[in-house]
Amino acid sequence: MTKSRLGASFGSLLRNSTSIIMAAGIGVTAAFATAGTAQAEDASVKIGFVTFLSGGAAGPFGVPARNAAELMIQSINSGAIPAPYGTAGVGGAKIDPIFVDENSKQKNADYLKLVEKDGVDMVVGYISSGSCKAIAPEAEKAQKLTILFDCGTPQIFEDIVTDPKYTFRTGGHATMDNVAAARYLQQQDVSLDSIAGINQNYAWGQDSWRDFSQSVLQLKDGATVSTEQFPKIYAGQYGSEVSAILTSKPNVVHSSFWGGDMEAFIIQGSARGVFERSKVVLTTGETAMHRLGGQMPNGTVIGARGPHGDLAPESELNDWFRKAYFDRFGTLPTYPSYKMAQALLGVKAAADKAGSADQDAIIGALRGLEWEGPSGKVTMALANGHQAIQDTAYGTYMYDKDAGKATLVDIVRFPAECVNPPAGVTSIDWIKGGFQGAACD
Amino acid sequence: MLTAIAIAVDGLGFAAWLFLSSVGLTLIYGVMRILNIAHGGFYALGAYSSAWAIGLYTATGSPVAFSFLLIPLAALIAGGIAGLLVERGILKFMYGRDEVLMVLVTYAVFLILEDVTKLIWGTESYIAWQPAFHFGTVEIVGIPYTVYKFLIIGTALLVGLSLFLVLNKTRVGKLLLVVIEDREISSALGINVTLFFSVTFVVGAILGALGGAITAPEISVSPGIGAEIIVLSFAVIVIGGMGSIGGAMIGAVIVGFARAASVHLYPPAELFSIYLVMAAVLAVKPYGLFALAESRKI
Amino acid sequence: MTKHLDRTEIGLLVALPLLICIAFVLPKWIVNYVHVSMGTGLVALGVMIQMRAGLVSFGQGLYFCVGGYAAGMTGKFLGVTDFFVLLSAGIAAALCLSFVLGFLLRRYREIFYAMLSLAISMILFGLLSSTEELGSTDGFNLPTASYFGWSPTGETARLTLYTLTCFIAIGCAIALNRFLKSRVGYVNEAIRENELRVEYLGTSAHNAVHLTYVVAAVVSAIGGVLWALPLGHVDPEMTNWTTSGQFVFVSILSGTGNIAAPLIGTFLLEIIRVYAVELSPNTWQLILGSVMLFTIIFLPKGLWSLITSKQKSSKKIGASAPKPGE
Repeated sequence: MTKSRLGASFGSLLRNSTSIIMAAGIGVTAAFATAGTAQAEDASVKIGFVTFLSGGAAGPFGVPARNAAELMIQSINSGAIPAPYGTAGVGGAKIDPIFVDENSKQKNADYLKLVEKDGVDMVVGYISSGSCKAIAPEAEKAQKLTILFDCGTPQIFEDIVTDPKYTFRTGGHATMDNVAAARYLQQQDVSLDSIAGINQNYAWGQDSWRDFSQSVLQLKDGATVSTEQFPKIYAGQYGSEVSAILTSKPNVVHSSFWGGDMEAFIIQGSARGVFERSKVVLTTGETAMHRLGGQMPNGTVIGARGPHGDLAPESELNDWFRKAYFDRFGTLPTYPSYKMAQALLGVKAAADKAGSADQDAIIGALRGLEWEGPSGKVTMALANGHQAIQDTAYGTYMYDKDAGKATLVDIVRFPAECVNPPAGVTSIDWIKGGFQGAACD
Repeated sequence: MLTAIAIAVDGLGFAAWLFLSSVGLTLIYGVMRILNIAHGGFYALGAYSSAWAIGLYTATGSPVAFSFLLIPLAALIAGGIAGLLVERGILKFMYGRDEVLMVLVTYAVFLILEDVTKLIWGTESYIAWQPAFHFGTVEIVGIPYTVYKFLIIGTALLVGLSLFLVLNKTRVGKLLLVVIEDREISSALGINVTLFFSVTFVVGAILGALGGAITAPEISVSPGIGAEIIVLSFAVIVIGGMGSIGGAMIGAVIVGFARAASVHLYPPAELFSIYLVMAAVLAVKPYGLFALAESRKI
Repeated sequence: MTKHLDRTEIGLLVALPLLICIAFVLPKWIVNYVHVSMGTGLVALGVMIQMRAGLVSFGQGLYFCVGGYAAGMTGKFLGVTDFFVLLSAGIAAALCLSFVLGFLLRRYREIFYAMLSLAISMILFGLLSSTEELGSTDGFNLPTASYFGWSPTGETARLTLYTLTCFIAIGCAIALNRFLKSRVGYVNEAIRENELRVEYLGTSAHNAVHLTYVVAAVVSAIGGVLWALPLGHVDPEMTNWTTSGQFVFVSILSGTGNIAAPLIGTFLLEIIRVYAVELSPNTWQLILGSVMLFTIIFLPKGLWSLITSKQKSSKKIGASAPKPGE
């Protein structure tokens, strides 16, 4: 029936140009409409996954996250995860995934398509903060459970959706990364007299540098900023920036570069001695450490946007996750993989607790929930139980030449309450106010 | 003084990379009047194949010195094959079409190349740092610079000089200049214009791939690097004058120095320094600095 | 003469009620794509009318962004939520900016017009990306629109906005159709064919190009506002060259033969992309690129030539008319 309708409208399309506009409009849309509406099985929960599958963020973030999603879906459905997640399915329902590329200009329309046409029960995804800003209000409007698993901007629940019902974020926001970086340097007795930054010129880089430099100014009297570099994202060529850093002779160089940009900076910077002359802190360095091996200079301070990857505490769950991931994909999981696993385990924990994969049941149980992920305890403590807080950790890179293995030493853990603002305080006010209420043991 | 010297060296290094990355584009435009967006795809192919080949080679533990040979070789093979396929398989059927339409064709080719690259090499990034480290560094006013950077500058000069010599001193080059001047007349004079087009496109593709291949040891080769180079190289050749080899060199130097100066003197302007320069140059010289004079046809 | 509607205009007027009706019969997600396609389609229209004069703007995203940001900033800083005020703000901003920039751009042709428009749009991109007050690259969110003091919510708000968007989009299309058939419209086609002759005939090519540039800017800004409001979010990506590039590609793919072509083409391309992503989330660009390539090879004058191929179309239309001297 669909076919004949479409055929007919194409016929009229050719015959009569005055009726073309309506013919095309009605004919095509009608055809797609009838093709829509998904058939839901009884014991399945359909989840839409949105991550970068193309473009510069695909390699370091999107694809590792998708891989982790695939692994976790299979393991959850078959009940292969260690306790307490040994039961099959989420609340007894099997996960039926659909993957979508975040690299799109019509993110909101794509989101609605997932909700309306594909009939997903929930959406898990969004790496870019810009995406999260656009999607969070849309999720509230569409009244669909949406779990932001990675994006970093603190604004989501501070400004954009102040009274969330359907939106959750299972990862900590970026403030924690940079406050912890500053505290780590202080604890390791690194001189903070003069700091320099090289960060990408977009919201993520600007926010990261602001949080880090402000934190250092709070922690160390008389600290000065020697140079602030903001190259374009994906620039790849940092010759001039490296020269500018070298001429300004800082004690510490901070960078929130990620993916290819970070690796390019490590190669170009280490070739020219930046890492020897200054202490370099890379807030997302963990994603590169096993790839670069001996090429990453020893002594580099490494973060993972949470206690993920090599910074994760020992646990049965973590061991299982690392092994299962490595067996399947041939590489160790990096923090985007951890964050995806964390999000899905949160969903499972909530659904199992509620005993149902029903949207309202999951929302009710997920709010304020505390669960164990592969990188330790996660608590939905902020924004009325919708924003997770988590401990974080930093470590110093050390390459074991003989074993050919990258390791982290001098790992320091920071309790969530030490590096996150308390509920109701915006991040930057909290830093500038001297970390009021921070509980660091 | 220190800053001025740093700007000069950094600017030159960046300019060399820009020139190598955009000379293929200006060559193809000059001869064929095609603004080749697929250039970004050739650049990425060159970078991937070079990083991949160097990675395989150094994994065998063989001396790093020979890995330098892999760079032009990778560019030659990757650019040559891809260029030939695109020209013979697609563009051949489109000659004589509108310039704007050709932009769209090459854009479609670019999209396809992006995913082909992804299908061949996956989404993981490739690093092949060995050549960049091999010769160590030299210090200029206390700042270490990699010797590899100067090798790139040398290569850029070499490529520019050879193109100049081929175009102006050889019979083939002179014939090519005739084709550039007037396609129709040269065809009437018995010059095989189609052959010239094929060869030019393949050479342009190889040069694009060389830009990627030579920079691969300095960067992390990852998806999306092709898209980044397109607008940058457009800016360079527009500033210099579309289709002019010397113009591309001047354009690269101007853009390179502008970027280096903004990084050292006023970092926040780095993001749009290139476009600012481009707008400024075009406002004064509407057809770029070294535009080929075109007779107005009544 | 102006009272007489031509076939395109009749078609557009007939389409209007149908377009509005589909909001009630079709699923929301398709209507949503139709809705945003009208916004971006208007920008493609702006590109298309410049193309009629042989000018390809690779920076039309500039006005798409100016429209969206002007509306957004009016809402954010002045607390205004009225739809018509926001729309006027977008139009006014584009009008002023394009009038000034027009003096510069009207001197340029061919690739230089393309590159200069691109450079200007990228300067705005750079400025917005480093302005933290405006959310930098993350952009900021827009308020829900109200209408003369009436602030609908939920479903009513969506349908009201959709209906208004339909009216405005169709209205713009009809106005532009008139523009193409006006004196300036024909001068533009003459400029594409041979600018020197136009000047010899005593007409200022500069003025015609300037006017066209401003008209295109205003339409694009309207598109920007209409696109940003249902989304509730603007970011600098709107003025990035990739966005501008897409407008150009849509215009060429749809064909410049008819004013409705870019509007329909935008929607079709969007749907193709959505299904390509669904079919193959990892290699959708390959599918999209192939579709584009085949369209150009088999329909060099765009999708619209499917319709006009039966009629004897005049050679003047279509971008691939032979150029003098070739």
